[in-house]
Amino acid sequence: MSQIDEFTPEQKVKFYQKGTFTVGNRLVDPENRGVQASMDRSNAITSGHRACQGCGEALGARYAIDAAMRAANGKLMAVNATGCLEVFTTPYPETSWQIPWLHSLFGNAPAVATGVAAAMRAKGREDTRVVAQGGDGSTVDIGFGCLSGMFERNDDVLYICYDNEAYMNTGVQRSGATPPTARTATTMPLGDSPGNVFGTGKNLPLIAMAHRIPYVATAAVSDLHDLERKVTKAMEYRGARYIHIYVPCPLGWGTKSADTIHISRLVTRCGLFPLFEAEGGRVTASVPIRQQVPVEEYLKPQRRFAHLFKGDEYGRQSIARLQAMADENIRQFNLLREHEETLP
Amino acid sequence: MLKQIEGSHAVAETVALCRPEVICAYPISPQTHIVEACGELVKSGQLENCEFLNVESEFAALSVGIGSSAAGARTYTATASQGLLFMAEAVYNAAGLGLPIVMTLANRAIGAPINIWNDHTDAMAMRDSGWIQLFAETNQEAADLHVQAFKIAERLSCPVMVCMDGFILTHAYERVDIPDQATVDAFLPPFEPRQVMDPAKPYSIGAMVGPEAFTEVRYLAHEKQLQALEVIPEVAGEFQTVFGREAGGLIHEYRLEDAETIVVTMGSVAGTVKDVVDTMREAGVAIGVVSICSFRPFPSAALRRVLSGAQRILVLEKGFAVGFGGIVATNVRMALQGVDTHVHTVIAGLGGRSITQPSLHGLFASAIAGELEDLHFLDLNREMVERELARQRESITSGPIAENLIRDIARGGDAARA
Repeated sequence: MSQIDEFTPEQKVKFYQKGTFTVGNRLVDPENRGVQASMDRSNAITSGHRACQGCGEALGARYAIDAAMRAANGKLMAVNATGCLEVFTTPYPETSWQIPWLHSLFGNAPAVATGVAAAMRAKGREDTRVVAQGGDGSTVDIGFGCLSGMFERNDDVLYICYDNEAYMNTGVQRSGATPPTARTATTMPLGDSPGNVFGTGKNLPLIAMAHRIPYVATAAVSDLHDLERKVTKAMEYRGARYIHIYVPCPLGWGTKSADTIHISRLVTRCGLFPLFEAEGGRVTASVPIRQQVPVEEYLKPQRRFAHLFKGDEYGRQSIARLQAMADENIRQFNLLREHEETLP
Repeated sequence: MLKQIEGSHAVAETVALCRPEVICAYPISPQTHIVEACGELVKSGQLENCEFLNVESEFAALSVGIGSSAAGARTYTATASQGLLFMAEAVYNAAGLGLPIVMTLANRAIGAPINIWNDHTDAMAMRDSGWIQLFAETNQEAADLHVQAFKIAERLSCPVMVCMDGFILTHAYERVDIPDQATVDAFLPPFEPRQVMDPAKPYSIGAMVGPEAFTEVRYLAHEKQLQALEVIPEVAGEFQTVFGREAGGLIHEYRLEDAETIVVTMGSVAGTVKDVVDTMREAGVAIGVVSICSFRPFPSAALRRVLSGAQRILVLEKGFAVGFGGIVATNVRMALQGVDTHVHTVIAGLGGRSITQPSLHGLFASAIAGELEDLHFLDLNREMVERELARQRESITSGPIAENLIRDIARGGDAARA
């Protein structure tokens, strides 16, 4: 069994490389080495910001934006939706951003980015690239109309969603990306069906694909090399591109700050968050699950799912339904295939 | 060049002469002809180096404008009515960020009941957003104000809304002198942004500001409007020098010599008011007109200067604060603090109701005779209102007001009670 399977919350020191199939940078060809491993990395977001300890969004954003910076030869401008990332990086009178950065509103980041890109096109400066970024609330809910418009027009913007599955900045309220049964401040574990409802879900990567934009990918902070590679690949395209990054939120989910990577790894291994890429509306690649875990293993360390583990019928049924969702993802994206076929 | 041209087209052609680099559009009546014409000018290649974007909402239209303006592009959009309200959050944001976007507002009523015709309720709803709001009296002035608007906006780093009456101006064919490119270029220098997104010199724009500096940031927005009180007449003066005609400025004065009665108004209705004033002047009545061009910033000092000598002032406005009364009138009263004169509020032209010369004549005569109430709704059909009030007294489930009134009209008044 791998080290991960022997994980206990009390464990003091974790060697993430062990048992993860992740190869150290020194063993990789120079051109495949991580952006963060380079002495020339841009540090788009400098340290000193006010993110919580173990914030998945801060980690995801640093890797994503530095990778985009490298791909754009430093000529990158970012538009940010209102949310945690915006607030914790720009507390007056400080800023963590080392790139031109514009925050306008909660629901308009895709449109603002369209405007920035249009300005660059009008001025013949299309070598300056534009990213827009926001959390799941601004992406799947309040900014959804603007995002769909940006996709439909195929505007030259890379949109990155950092998905922590609820409105964390306002105090952990439910969003359209909150998973079924999860406890949030507006879906409390009370009554006959505690936690969030079993809706039909709002799968934005699939919705993005339905727009047939050039590139869509999902990524998770447990595989930062994969994340960097996908951002780099996205930057090779022109037009609308979308990357959906799974970023655990220790505060909102009731997980340990030290477990952010661990939780992220479990969500990809249980099948609830498939890692895949799509080009022009068709899935072109996915990351196979090498060590499948049941959804319980992912759900159990998170206090937002604690009410599923009281031994009652609701808990058992809910876990079964979540397992069915994971199984459906595994089937749809063929995640349990022989992994040889994806090795380079 | 003199042209017989629709107001919307005159504006679009003039905007194109200002060399905007990004135009974003979402259709709403009565603004549509403006953005259609802009799109045509870009697509046909007459307006070069300009991106024309069809977006999915007014909220997106102004948001695209926020992005393009922050990235240093001269930016234009147009909207009206519900569209302005739909983009309200971005309206405040553009002003807060100090982005010199120019936007035409084809003034139209706000629903419910839905109504596509002209009044000023839309502009009034955004009066405190930090935008400069200029009101055009004629199509010539609407066109000319756009040339000035870019200059004012960019000099102050502040967005400017050019308000022109929906349909009355936007859809009216009139003779308009459209300037030539060389003259506009001589008047309007290229856009040099006060702040710009540039990888060579990265700024963070739109950062969070807490109580420690928010008051100062907001005060500076006010200070900017105070500066605009100087800049707007300055630019109008420069315009007159270059183009040889008057347009813009803070207020327009008409026949104020020894005026005992002064009508204060905004927008195209000033033309009708002037005609009535001419007739009354001929009959020996000492009456004049002040038309406010710059509603934001509000030209308090200029109004105080011209209104202080009058015995009575009638503020004729196309919108009102429900539950209170006049909006423009309230501003005028504030400008006249300590001045001994009577200010009447007259609400007129709501939802496109015609403001006729006979109505105005009667209105002014009743004011002069001392018979006009403080708050007056011009040509209000009191009987229709009373019948609806009666229906409401009769039954708590009297139904939707708009439906009831339409039925009332269709059945010819009293019959509707049956």
